[in-house]
This record gives sequence, structure tokens and C-alpha cells, in this order.
Amino acid sequence: MTSIPLSHILIISTALFFIGMYGLLTRRNMITMLMSVELILNSVNINFVAFNKYLYPEKLEGVFFSLFIIAIAAAEAAVAIAIIINLYRNIRSVDVEAANEMKF
Amino acid sequence: MPTTAYILLVLLLPLTGFVLLGLFGKRYLRRLSGVIATTLLLGSTLLALGIAYNYFFGPDYKSPAGGRLIETVFKTTWLAFGPHLSIDTGIFIDPISMMMIVVVTFISFMVHLFSLGYMKGEDRFSTYYAFLGLFTFSMLGLVLSSNIFGIYVFWELVGCSSFLLIGFYFDRPTAVAAAKKAFIVTRFADLGFLIGILILSSRAHTLDVNQLIETLTSDSLNNFAKSPAFLGFPLISWGLTLVFIGGAGKSALFPLHIWLPDAMEGPTPVSALIHAATMVVAGVYLVARLHLLYALTYDVLQIILYVGAISAFLAAIIACTQTDIKRVLAYSTMSQIGYMMFALGTFRLPPPEPVFNPSLGLTASMFHLFTHAFFKALLFLCAGVIIHLVHSNELKDMGGLRKRIPLAHICFLIACLAISGIPPFSGFFSKEEILTAAWRADKFIYAIGLFTSGLTAYYMFRLYFAVFWNKPASGHPHKQPLVESIPLAILALGAAFAGFIPFSRLFTSADLPFKSEGIGTNAIPPVLIAFTGIGIAAWLYLRQSSRPQKAATALRSLYTFAYHKFYVDEIYLFVTKKIIFNWIGRPAAWIDRNIVDGIMNGLAATTARISATIKGTQSGRVQDYAWFFFIGIAGLAVLFIYIVT
Repeated sequence: MTSIPLSHILIISTALFFIGMYGLLTRRNMITMLMSVELILNSVNINFVAFNKYLYPEKLEGVFFSLFIIAIAAAEAAVAIAIIINLYRNIRSVDVEAANEMKF
Repeated sequence: MPTTAYILLVLLLPLTGFVLLGLFGKRYLRRLSGVIATTLLLGSTLLALGIAYNYFFGPDYKSPAGGRLIETVFKTTWLAFGPHLSIDTGIFIDPISMMMIVVVTFISFMVHLFSLGYMKGEDRFSTYYAFLGLFTFSMLGLVLSSNIFGIYVFWELVGCSSFLLIGFYFDRPTAVAAAKKAFIVTRFADLGFLIGILILSSRAHTLDVNQLIETLTSDSLNNFAKSPAFLGFPLISWGLTLVFIGGAGKSALFPLHIWLPDAMEGPTPVSALIHAATMVVAGVYLVARLHLLYALTYDVLQIILYVGAISAFLAAIIACTQTDIKRVLAYSTMSQIGYMMFALGTFRLPPPEPVFNPSLGLTASMFHLFTHAFFKALLFLCAGVIIHLVHSNELKDMGGLRKRIPLAHICFLIACLAISGIPPFSGFFSKEEILTAAWRADKFIYAIGLFTSGLTAYYMFRLYFAVFWNKPASGHPHKQPLVESIPLAILALGAAFAGFIPFSRLFTSADLPFKSEGIGTNAIPPVLIAFTGIGIAAWLYLRQSSRPQKAATALRSLYTFAYHKFYVDEIYLFVTKKIIFNWIGRPAAWIDRNIVDGIMNGLAATTARISATIKGTQSGRVQDYAWFFFIGIAGLAVLFIYIVT
């Protein structure tokens, strides 16, 4: 069976990471930024699974690690949304530029 | 041993009074404070009398040589710095400390009793009694401490409580200035004391007074030869001189006496307690306690001899010209302390001559301390009565008071006779012994002492005639409260008869057998000169006349010189204001303001400037922070992948 080479998968995950990074740095909407963070996390998941499969097929650590990351991402999304809701209640906006009180 | 417990009780009863009145006096015990403090002191006095009687006359403390045992009855480690260095506290009993606790508690009790009437209606009545308790406690601690560092601690406590008492009327600027002056001058001297302690204990490797004396005397020749010299003077001599300077400050001896006359700003009973009977003899006590060490050093003894004699003489001359009754008494105190000090200085003759009777000077000094406490406290308490009657300290406002306060008149007369050394009053015996000791040691000092004793008689009777005679007696007897009369009467008895106590048999140095110096023809010159002094005083002041004025004019330059106290105060002011302030104070202030503060301010200013520059990076925008984070991680990645490996 001719398998897909590892480099292809890594290119995909790198592309996903930078797309997420771009979204995180340029979007003004906090929900969108949260979604971008999910993209970054998923690109890492892909890396873990791919390396596990290609380098150490007899082991399962990479798979389990990505399971953990999914769980943590879920928890993090819950916390982040709670923060966003509270911010919205205070400043009536989900624009990240509007929340600029915390500075010198 | 029960004695230890009793001695501790003597020490702690006044402290209890201080704590009780200090905490609750103002609010709850206002009325009772005087009675409480006086009762506590009565207990303390009775115990002290019992202990001293047991010590001097009981069988328990007889030493094999026939004298009295010297021992440390209570000892406990207080501050342990290491296995070989610790500061202990302990109670030390020897004839000196036993006599001192009697004097301190007795005089303090008299003053407590007298103050019940004298200070009545005073705003800070309970505070006054609290301070008196603190003072009595610290003085007792000072005389009972077995450790020289303990003595130093109580020494400072005495200074502190005298500061509080002198400045008792803190709404008067003069009282505040006097308190500050007393504190600073004695502190300055205490610096000498502290350095002296450090030098002595570094040579002896102990802080315990007894061990200190033992170590330094046992191989004294060795020790002195080995002791490194500083400016051509052995180190131990330096230490002893510095300790003496500390004592001279507290005892108001010549160059450091300036605080004593000003200290008369305190309430009069306080002057009786502190500046006559107890605190000022602390220096004498200290030198007496260490007299075996001083006996080793002829040079230091000479210093003591001359400082004492000069103080006695100068103070007597100044006392002749002062017009404030309390100031005259203050200078007479200084003069009498000078007597005690130079008596200690006669402890040993110059080395080649045989040692005659080493303990005579010590015995004489302690004897004079004892009798002086009675008549000087009596004089001050009488002065208190007089001042209350005429509401003035100035002699010109007094005169002819003999009918109005008959009791004070009699008491004052007894005290004057005692201080002038007229037999058979107490001062005669003690002064006689001092002069005998001086005669044996140094004829020049004897001459000064003799002349001073004439001056003493003159200025005391000048005071007496100016207050009680001078003007025609008038008025009816002034009603005096009983609490004021009783102490006067008791002290008058003491001043009259304390001389008959066989002091010299009870009181010798280091258990030496005492050879009695009978009073014979050697008593004639002092008594004659004293009568001459009294005669001159009577001629000048018995009746109101222009004679004092004429005498002052005849001796104008000397009179002005003495009236201004030999300008010692002015010299001090010149040294402090012109020299120390300008040449030390100002540069130090400049360094403090510009260099020390400058470094601190510079540090703060630099920090502020840096933070102002970089604070723009904290923009408050989350995405900027994400950028920094990303760049940082990318930088680290580049660093670890391409540069470090």
C-alpha cells in the first residue's frame, strides 16, 4: 500500500497552525479568536497522531496525548466562553479592541 | 536562702508600683496612687533595713577575718551569646551594696512621704509616683547588680528616669531644656563607661564584677606589663579612666557638672531624691565598687584625686555667689560629691611609700555618702517647704521666715551644721575621716579640702541667715501637713546622729582589718575654719545691711567670674554651637542630604525613567501580547535549533 508520506501531513498541520495563528492575530471578534485557537490545537493533534503512526506504530502515547488535548481544549473553550460572556455583560461588545482597560 | 527572696522583693516592690501606676494610675487609681506607692516603698525600706541589719550585725555573714562576707547570692544567665560569652544577672552583696540599698530605699521612702503633701493636687500625680518607682527600682538594680553590664543597663535606666523626672513639668521650656541637657551630658559620659567596660572585659574575659576584679588583680603585674599601651598608657588604665569618666558624668564632677544645677527644674522632692542622695552618688558607688582595680593604677587614682578636689573647690566657690536656693544646694551637692571622689582617690599612696591604711579613704568616702544622703535630702525638702511658702526660688524674696516655719527652720539649721562639719552632727565625723585620708595621701589636696570645708560652712550659713534671719521675723506659724513634717523630723534625726554609727568597723575594703583613726587634734583645723565660715556668713547676712554688696564689689572680678559659674556653660555652648555645629554638623548634614539621599533619589529616578520609557509595550490589547508571545517562542525556537546546538 502506497501510503501518504509524513511530510504531506506535516505540511497540512503547519498550514493549519499558521491559519490559526493568523486568525488569532487579526480577528477582532473574540469568538473567532477562540475558534482560531482551536485550529492551532488541532494542528498539534495532527502532529502527535502522525508522528505516532509513522515513527512508533507499536506505541499509543501520541494518540492518548491528542485525546488529552481534546479534553483540555473543551475545558478551555468553556472557560474562555465564560470570560467572553462576562466581558460582553460589562462592555456590551465582543470586540477585543474594546477591552483595553488593562494597561499602564 | 530566704535572704535572696527578700532582696528580690526589695528590688521588685518599687517596680510593681511603677507598673501598677503606669498602667492604671491615670484612670483607676488616681486618688490612691500616692498611698499605694508609699506603702510599697515602706515595705521595701523595712525589708532593706532588716536585711542590712542582718548582714552587718547578724551571725550569718561573718567572714573568717572578722569582716563581712562578699558574695553573689543569686545568679542566672540572661543573654547567652555563646558557650563562653554571656551576660548574666545576679545579686551581689557586700558592705557597699547593703549600705546603698538602705540609703536608696530610706531616702526614697522619705521623698514619697513628703510628696504626698507637696505634690497634692498636681495634674500628673500618679505619673509622678510611677516615675519615682521606676527611679527607685533602677537605682536599687544598679547597686545590687553582680554583672558590670547589668550595672550599665540600670545605669541607663537611672538616666532615663531622671530625664523623665527633671522634665516633669514639660510645659516649661526651661524644664525641657534642663532634662535634655542632663540626658545628653550623662549620655556623653556613658559612652566612656561603655568603652571602659568593653576594654576591661576584653582583658579579663568576663563581665562579672567579682571575677573581673579577681582576674585583673591576681596577676596584675603580669597583666599590666602585657597589656598593650595606647598613647603611652596601659590599656587597663585607659579602661579604668573611661569608666571613671562615666562615673564623673553621673556624679556631676568638674568638666561634666553642667547638667546638675539646671536639673533643679524638676519638682523639689525629686531634687532631694535624685540630685542629692542617690543618682549623683552612682559614680562614687561605681568607683568604690571597682576600687581594688583603681588601687592598681596610681595614675588613674591621681586623676580621681584631682578631679574630685577641683570639683569640690570650684563648686563651693560658685555656691557662694548663687542667689537661687536650689542652685546653691545643687552646687553644694557637687562639692560634697567631689569630697567623696577625692577620698576614693586616696586609696593608695605612691608606690615607693608604704601603704598606710588603704581602706581609710574608701571608708571615709562611703561614710560621707551615707551621712550626706541624710542632710542633703533634708536640705532639699526644707527648701521645698520654703519655696512653697514664698513661691519663689530667689533668696531676695525670703528672709525672716524663722517664725513662720519653725520646724523647717530647726531642720535646716541641723542640716547646715551637719554639712559644715560641726561636732557632734553627722557630717563632722565623715568629713573628718576624709580630711585625715587626704592628709595622709597628699598635703595639697588636704589644703584644698580644708579651705573648701570653710567655704561650705560659709555658703550654707549664708543661705540659712538669708532665708531665716536677715529681715525681722513676722507672721504666725504656717500650717504644715503631717506627711511633710514627719520626713523632715526623721531626716533631721538622721542628720544629727548618723555620725555615731561605727561605720569604720563595719566597712573595710576586701576584708582588711581596720585600724581606727581616732578623732583627736586633727579635728581642730576643720572645725575652726568651719566656725570662721559661719562667722563671716553671720556678719554679712544676719541683719540686712549693705555689707554683702560691698564685699561683692571689693572682689568684683572674682565674684562675676564665679557668679557666671566660671563660664563653663559658655565654653560648652561655644564648642557645640560654633565648632561642632559648623565643622562637624554641617558637613555631616551636607553628606547626608547630597550623597546618602542623592544615591537613593538617583536610584528611584532612574527606575522611574526606565519604566516611563517602556510602559508603552503594555498596551492593554490582547493581540499585541499574542504577538509578543509568538515572536518570543519563534525566537526561542530559532535559538535552540540553529544557534545553541
